[in-house]
Amino acid sequence: MVAVAASRQIPRKPLLVGGIVLAWLVLWLVLRDVGTLPLDASQLTPLHRWINEVNDAVGASRNTNPVFLYFFNEIRLVIDEFVTLIQALIAQPSFGRPVPVIGWLGVVAIAGFVSLVVAGWRVALLALAGFTFLGLQGLWQESMDTLSLTLAAVAIALLFGVPLGIWAGLSDRVHRVLTPVLDFMQTMPTFVYLAPLTLFFLIGPASATIATLIYAAPPAIRITAHAIRSVPRDTVEASESLGATGKQTLVKVLLPSSRKTIVLGVNQTIMAALSMVTIAALIDAPGLGKTVVKALQTLDVGTAFNAGLAIVVLAIVLDRVTTAATERRSLPRWALFGGLGVTGVAVYLSHTYLWAAEFPSDEVEVGSSIRQGATAATEWVQDSLPVITGGVKDFVTWALINPLQALLAESPWFLVALVVVALSFLVGGVRSAVVSAVCLGLLIATGLWQDAMVTLASTLVATVIVMLVGIVVGTWMGRSTRADRVIRPILDAGQVMPAFVYLVPFLALFSASRFTAIVAAVVFAAPVATKIIADGVRSVPPASVEASTALGASTWQTIVKVQLPMARGALTLAANQGLIYVLSMVVVGGLVGAGALGYDVVAGFSQGQLYGKGLAAGAAIVVLGVMLDRLTQAAARRWTNQEVR
Amino acid sequence: MDPVISVRDLWKVFGPKASQVAASDELKALSRQELMDRTGAVAAVRGVDFEVAPGEMFVVMGLSGSGKSTLVRCLTRLVEPTSGTVVFEGENILAADAKRLRDLRRNKFSMVFQHFGLLPHRTVADNVGYGLEIRGVPRAKRAERSQEVIDLVGLSGYEKSYPDQLSGGMQQRVGLARALAGDPDVLFFDEPFSALDPLIRRDMQSEVIRLHREVGKTMVFITHDLSEALKLGDRILIMRDGQVVQVGTGDELVGAPADDYVRDFVKDVPRANVLTLKWIMRPPREDDVLDGPELAPETVVREAVRSVLGAGKPVKVVRDGELLGVVADEEILEVVAGEA
Repeated sequence: MVAVAASRQIPRKPLLVGGIVLAWLVLWLVLRDVGTLPLDASQLTPLHRWINEVNDAVGASRNTNPVFLYFFNEIRLVIDEFVTLIQALIAQPSFGRPVPVIGWLGVVAIAGFVSLVVAGWRVALLALAGFTFLGLQGLWQESMDTLSLTLAAVAIALLFGVPLGIWAGLSDRVHRVLTPVLDFMQTMPTFVYLAPLTLFFLIGPASATIATLIYAAPPAIRITAHAIRSVPRDTVEASESLGATGKQTLVKVLLPSSRKTIVLGVNQTIMAALSMVTIAALIDAPGLGKTVVKALQTLDVGTAFNAGLAIVVLAIVLDRVTTAATERRSLPRWALFGGLGVTGVAVYLSHTYLWAAEFPSDEVEVGSSIRQGATAATEWVQDSLPVITGGVKDFVTWALINPLQALLAESPWFLVALVVVALSFLVGGVRSAVVSAVCLGLLIATGLWQDAMVTLASTLVATVIVMLVGIVVGTWMGRSTRADRVIRPILDAGQVMPAFVYLVPFLALFSASRFTAIVAAVVFAAPVATKIIADGVRSVPPASVEASTALGASTWQTIVKVQLPMARGALTLAANQGLIYVLSMVVVGGLVGAGALGYDVVAGFSQGQLYGKGLAAGAAIVVLGVMLDRLTQAAARRWTNQEVR
Repeated sequence: MDPVISVRDLWKVFGPKASQVAASDELKALSRQELMDRTGAVAAVRGVDFEVAPGEMFVVMGLSGSGKSTLVRCLTRLVEPTSGTVVFEGENILAADAKRLRDLRRNKFSMVFQHFGLLPHRTVADNVGYGLEIRGVPRAKRAERSQEVIDLVGLSGYEKSYPDQLSGGMQQRVGLARALAGDPDVLFFDEPFSALDPLIRRDMQSEVIRLHREVGKTMVFITHDLSEALKLGDRILIMRDGQVVQVGTGDELVGAPADDYVRDFVKDVPRANVLTLKWIMRPPREDDVLDGPELAPETVVREAVRSVLGAGKPVKVVRDGELLGVVADEEILEVVAGEA
C-alpha cells in the first residue's frame, strides 16, 4: 500500500520544487537587496565582541584559573615538551649547539634504514632520494619541523588510538559510543577547531599538535576496530574452542590477524597528520606549511610551489614506506647489521661535523631553480593561454557563481529561509524542516548571514561540479578495469596531498578569486566522490548488467537505466561526502580570494579584534555543514527507499 | 557403558527475553514463528535430548536454520545454552566456571570448523601447534606432537607452508590436525566439508572414517548433507526448527522414518545401500522352501542381492540360529528397483 502511495507522490514533487524556485525568482526580483543582513569586513556584532571579551578574559586568567593551571596548561606543557624534544633531535638547534642533535646525514640514513627494514630496498632508495631532495630544495629545516610535528602527533594519536580501537573492536558498546564521536571529529571542517583550540592552548606547536591529533586519530581508531572486528568468526571460535583465554586470543589471534589492516590505519593517520600539520601553519605551527601560507599571502607562486613540492615529496615517502610495511618480509641478517652500522656512522658524523649536520645548500641547491621555473611557467601560462584560463574562469563565474550568489545573497533572509525550509520539508519531511529551520536560525545568530549565503553559493557550485566529474569518471572507472587501474592511484595521490598544495597551481593559473577556491575544493573533493561512485557502479551485480546487454540495451542505456540507478546509494553518499569535503576547503579558499566565511576565519587568526568574528564564521561553516549533511542524508534515505519498495 | 555426552532438555533462545522464554512452559510450547511474533525471541535449540556413546560417530543433520550449528556450539559453550544440562564424562558442563571450561576445551574436546578458522599469519606447523601453545606445552614437545598429527592427516611436507598457499581440502586437514593435536576425548565437526568441492569432500569423508577407525575417538559431526550423514554416522540425529525429529541408525531412518519430514528427506536415498535385510524380510509362508542359504539380519541389501537372486529360493534371515524371516527375489527387486 505504501509503495503505491509513494509512487503516486513522485510526479508531484518536481512540480512543487519547480513552483517554489519560480516563486523565489519572482519574489527576488521584487524584494532584491531588502533584508540581506550584510556585515562589512571590519564590522562586528555584539556576539563577536562578546567572544573577543571571553578570549581576553581567558587570556588574562590563563595563569590563575585552576582549570588552566592544572589541566590545559599541563597538557600544553607536556605536548610542547614532546614536540620540542623531537625538534631538538632533528630540526632545531638545541642543547647549546648551533645545530640539531642529528644532522641531515643522520636523518637521511635513519629514514633509509627504517624504510629498508619495514619496506624493502626499493622504498629505501626512494626514501633516501626523497629526503636528500628536501635538502636540495633548500627546505631542510622546514621539512624537519613538519616531520617533527607530524611524528609527535602520530605518536600521541597511536598511543591513544590503537588501544581505543582495540577496545572498540572487542566491545560492541564502546563501538556504539565511539562511532558518532569519530564521525563528528572527521566531518568537522579542520579549520574550525583551530580557533577554539588556540583559546585553550595558545597559538603554537601544542595547539597545532592537538588539532592534528583530533584530525588524525580517528582513522587509527576506526581502522583498528574494523580490523579486529573483521577477523573471521571461525578463527576466533577456533581459538576459544581450544581453550584460549581472552588475552591469548587477543595477542595470538586478533592482533596478528589484523596487523596488516592496522598498519593501513597507521598509514592513514600519518597522511592525515601531515596534511593537518601543514594547515596548522595558520596558527603558527612551524614548518613547510608556514612557508606556503606566507608565499600565498604575497602571491609568490614560485616559493609556494617549491614548498608545496617538498610537502608532496614528504607525503609520497611516508605513504610508500607505510604502505609497503603491510607486506610480510624478512631482511637478510647481513643487510640488517650492515644498514645499522652505516646508519650509526652517519648519525655520529652528523652529530659531530658541521658538513654532515647542516645541509650544504649553498653549494648544491635546486630550490631556486624550481622557484624560478614555477614562476616563469606561471607567467607563460597566464600570458599565452588567457583564453583558456581566463575563459573558463569567466564563464563559470558568469554562468554559475554569479547568478546563484545573487539569488542567495541578495534575497531577503526570510525568503531564503522560507525556501530552504520548504525544500527541506519536501525532501525529508517535518524532521528535516525543523533541522533546517534551527540551522538557519543559528546562521542568523552568528551575524554572518550574507557571508554564509555567499559561501553556500560557492559550495553548491563546487559540489555540482564534483558530482559531474564524479559521475563521468566514476562510471568510466566502474565499467573499465583498465581505467580504474590507471586513475585510482592518481585519485589516491590526490587525497593524500595536503589541501594547501592544491592551491598553488590553481592560484598560478587563475589568480586569487572565488573560482580558484572552487577549483581547489573540487580537486580536493572529486577523488572521494569519484571513488565512491566507481565502487558503487562496480558493485552492481554483473548478472543485471549482462541481462540488460542480453536484452539489447546500448552501453548508454545500460549505464543510465541499470548501473547508475542501481548505484544510487553510492551516488547519494558521494554527494554527501562531496559536500562535506567541499565545505572543509572553505577556509583554504579564504586564503585565495573566496572571501565570505573563509576569509572571516582566516582574518580571525591573524587580527586580534576579528577573533570573535572568525570563531563565529567557523561556527557558521559547521552549521552549514550540519544542515547540508542532514538534508543530503534525508534525500538519500527517501530516494533509496522509494525505489526499493 | 556410560555415555560420553548426555544432553537433556537443552534450550538456546536468542533475543531480549531469552531466559524468560526458557522458564515458561507456555512459551516453550509455542512454535518458532509464534514465539518470534509473541516475544521477538528466536529459539534456535528447543528441548533437545540425546546421548553419545564412547567411540561413536554421532551425526547431527538438518537444513540451514535448523539449529544444528548452535546445538554443537552449546555443547562446548561457544554459545551459552539458555537452559538444560550437558553432561560430559559425568560432569555438567553448564556448571563449569570459566577456568574449568578452558581446561575442558584444552584437554577434553576440540572442534573443526566450516571455514577452517586457521590463523593466516602462522605456518601449518604453528597452526597445528596453536592449541598446545595455549596450554603452555614447550616448543620442542609441541613441534614433535604437531609433526605426528601432520603425518597422520597426510600433510607431511607442508609444515612450513602458510594457509593461503594450500587448497581448501588441505586447509581443512590443517584444521583437523589442530583439533587432533591436543589428543582430545571428543571431536566436534561443524559442517567441516560443506565449503569443499564434491570430489575433495569425498576424500575428506574417507579420511575422517579412516581417522575414526585409527584413533577411535568419539566424534560429533554436523552436516546438512544426508548422504554424508549416512556415510559417516553410526547414529544420526535429524533436527528441524530446533527440535529433534528422529534419532537412529541410517537404516532406521530409511526403513522407519518418524514422520513425513524424514520420509521426504530419505526419499532419494539409494535404499539398497542403506537398508538391511531385517527391514525387508517377511515371515515364511507355507509354500516357502526353507533349505536356502542363511544371512544375518544386519546384511545390507546391496550385499545380499547376488546370494538371494542366485539362490533360486528364499534366503533365511537368521540370528543366533533363530529364524527371523525370509527374503526372496521379489523383496530384493522391490528395493533395488527403487519402488517403496
